[in-house]
Amino acid sequence: MADTAITVEKARKKYGGTADRYALDGLDLTVARGTVHAVLGPNGAGKTTLVRILSTLLRPDSGRVEVAGHDVVRQAYDVRLRIGLLGQHAALDEELGGHQNLEMFGRLYHLGARHARVRAAELLERFGLADTGRKPVKQYSGGMRRRLDLAASLITDPEVLFLDEPTTGLDPRGRAEVWSAVRSLVGGGTTVLLTTQYLEEADQLADRISVVDAGRVIADGTADELKALTGGDRIDVVLRDAGHLGAAVALLPVPKDDVRVDPDRRLLSAPVTDRMAALSGVVRALEEAGIEAEDVALRRPTLDEVFLHLTGDDRRVKEPA
Amino acid sequence: MSMSTYALTDSWTMTRRELAHWARQPVQVVVNLVFPVMLLLMFGYLIGGGRGVQGSYIDYVVPGMLALTMAFGLEGTMIAVTQDLNKGVVDRFRSMPMANGAVLVGRSVADMLQSALALFVLMGVGYALGWRADGGPGAFLGAVGLLLFFRFAMLWIGIHLALVAGKPEMVQAVQILVWPIGFLSNALALPETMPGWLGTVVEWNPMSHTATAVRHLFGGTGTEHVAAAIVWPSVLLAVFFPLAVRRFARLSR
Ligand SMILES: Nc1ncnc2c1ncn2[C@@H]1O[C@H](COP(=O)(O)OP(=O)(O)O)[C@@H](O)[C@H]1O
Ligand SMILES: [Mg+2]
Repeated sequence: MADTAITVEKARKKYGGTADRYALDGLDLTVARGTVHAVLGPNGAGKTTLVRILSTLLRPDSGRVEVAGHDVVRQAYDVRLRIGLLGQHAALDEELGGHQNLEMFGRLYHLGARHARVRAAELLERFGLADTGRKPVKQYSGGMRRRLDLAASLITDPEVLFLDEPTTGLDPRGRAEVWSAVRSLVGGGTTVLLTTQYLEEADQLADRISVVDAGRVIADGTADELKALTGGDRIDVVLRDAGHLGAAVALLPVPKDDVRVDPDRRLLSAPVTDRMAALSGVVRALEEAGIEAEDVALRRPTLDEVFLHLTGDDRRVKEPA
Repeated sequence: MSMSTYALTDSWTMTRRELAHWARQPVQVVVNLVFPVMLLLMFGYLIGGGRGVQGSYIDYVVPGMLALTMAFGLEGTMIAVTQDLNKGVVDRFRSMPMANGAVLVGRSVADMLQSALALFVLMGVGYALGWRADGGPGAFLGAVGLLLFFRFAMLWIGIHLALVAGKPEMVQAVQILVWPIGFLSNALALPETMPGWLGTVVEWNPMSHTATAVRHLFGGTGTEHVAAAIVWPSVLLAVFFPLAVRRFARLSR
């Protein structure tokens, strides 16, 4: 138990009334203490439902869910003592200022009035919000709001921190700020469970990744293991002239069947093993064949491609005609 | 510290939150006070003279308007709770190790303070219009106590309805209902002057008991209806307080 921060066994949840399917459908998950675990899945996969159950906001219909050694249903209070939550939507008092918010939460964590004030000032400083502490939160930008929300979830240095799509809707700078904040936490021994729709984000932050779909974990592993599952990194080639797509397929250093062609975007996409060799090889081969390319790029597989490989459910990428 | 100590400190923290909202939006506080004052001016001054009222109408209508303002508080509470529940911050409260229900206590204290303030202002305006409380200080305090007790019952009905309905659209439905309940009382006119069935409804309306009891206390004309003005809100509280607390504990589960 001491090594496990989060245990979820066969958790099921169906929203009352109209819902015709389970939002969580027998989900299993184990997160080791002091690690960062990403829950990766598309919209509607059940990520928020999972986070709300883990943070005691929602009760599972069945299954066993433990956080920091306590049952989320029977020992909700003990769980609440040990967690921090950054929900998908801001959980702040919009009328009050940043400092007022943090001080209020500090008091509700029973830090005492003085300590709550000091802690609020500390966190505002740390998240670059010191100058804006008096402005009402409703006047904050999206990035500021997210940072204040994150600060609020860290008031007591929680053992386990939940982040539900922490960077969705943020600009690249906001995203980088959240990433660096998460990285700095891990040094302190906090266990982090974060949800995301981006494999890239999971790859950057997490030790392990669980891929969820329709309320279940459909794959589990390190970023490298998952990438291996999906055929690793990919090379994308955008041609100037769609007429050359067929000829270009033959130039790529992989079997023809592994290349996906999207004629609308004049795009070829193929898995690669040796990134640099593939890149220079493809550029040279295109040049020699006299095929003009608009763009050649290496990238991580996307969530769509992970899904394609895991479920055989091809959602976006078209097969060659 | 024990959970019950926390219940007190948490409730105080949540009350401070409501007061901080006031400080941020003083205009809103004033607007909430202006509305009952306008009603009083309309009925007590412009329209003047209720149906079937003997003696000074102002002595009749001021206590009625005080009771009516307490009744309309239901709507204010319901709106505030509904808005709060639809805000993300309640999720944070519920994910924290704070006393269950402190959010509701904070709301109650703030609403009761707002209502006490409204009573104070209305009585001031009433005084300017010629209304006098002749019953002595004990009866005066008793009357204010009955009004606030009635408001307290309205408060928990408001909280319960907000928790049950939960959606801003539903607030409008309740708003439409509160008006007839408020006006189908003897706040503004005597039930004897109304058609038979209406008069019966009006006499049974809990608000009528409070209004009548308060009239007598202010006027120094005895303690008629005081018992009913204590019993009715007590019954309403006995029903709606536990319902609301239970509903809140089970929120979105
Ligand atoms: N409050 C709710 N009432 C009814 N259905 C819901 C509610 N919240 C989520 N759902 C449904 O449950 C499923 C999982 O949703 P959610 O956990 O929000 O997924 P994610 O966070 O991965 O996008 C979806 O099909 C969604 O429509
Ligand atoms: Mg979500």
